[in-house]
Amino acid sequence: MTGRRLREPGLWLLFSAGGTLAALFLPVLAAVLWVAPALGWLAAPAHDVLAAAARSVAGRLFLTGLIVLALFHWAHRFRYTLYDGLQLYHLNQLIAVLTYGVATVLSVAAGVVVWR
Amino acid sequence: MNPAYRRHHPKWYRARMPIFWWFRKAAYFRFIARELTSVFVAYSSVLLLVQLRAVAAGPEALARFTAWLHLRPVVALHVVVLLALLFHTVTWLHLAPRAIVIRLGRRRVPDVAVLLGHYGAWLAASGLVVWLLRL
Repeated sequence: MTGRRLREPGLWLLFSAGGTLAALFLPVLAAVLWVAPALGWLAAPAHDVLAAAARSVAGRLFLTGLIVLALFHWAHRFRYTLYDGLQLYHLNQLIAVLTYGVATVLSVAAGVVVWR
Repeated sequence: MNPAYRRHHPKWYRARMPIFWWFRKAAYFRFIARELTSVFVAYSSVLLLVQLRAVAAGPEALARFTAWLHLRPVVALHVVVLLALLFHTVTWLHLAPRAIVIRLGRRRVPDVAVLLGHYGAWLAASGLVVWLLRL
């Protein structure tokens, strides 16, 4: 139980930090990067602008934080949705390993892509 | 609720619930829909990574990615993604006054002020991204 007591508040912290960053930044990013250019509402951002933003130290720190925390936000929220929505209480361990595992693997991939 | 916390309720009576209980009432469905926005948050993170890879690989790779964005089913998917992300933002910001209690002296800052502060932060964040990408 001691391990759980240490882990749970940290996981809730990642969940809420990721939820806040996702709430503030993802709608505008989805709008200007993916939806508006495809619908012809806005020109897509130029390659050199995107490359400069993605290569700056501030840009890299921001992207790492946003992507990693958003992934752990998903892992935590989706885990509890499976418990409450589909009542999969007996699969507690398996679901926790899978959700946080996927978030961890994708976070490592994010680190490689952003900092390479 | 975390299933491990139930260990000390051995005789807790619980009526059996159907698996799709959340289809029964609009409020239940909204709750599950709100929780499932996290799937779209994860999708957006992964798509952002794919786009960053394309940006790093050069203008041609980014052009291929942009061409894919223009496919009709992809556009439809991303409209749904954007709506889900907006639903996440609005529900998340409206939770803020319940989670954050700010006191100035002996008075509690009213919920409306906390909520407006968060909407202001959203506006500022969006403006910052648009300005940085020179749109």
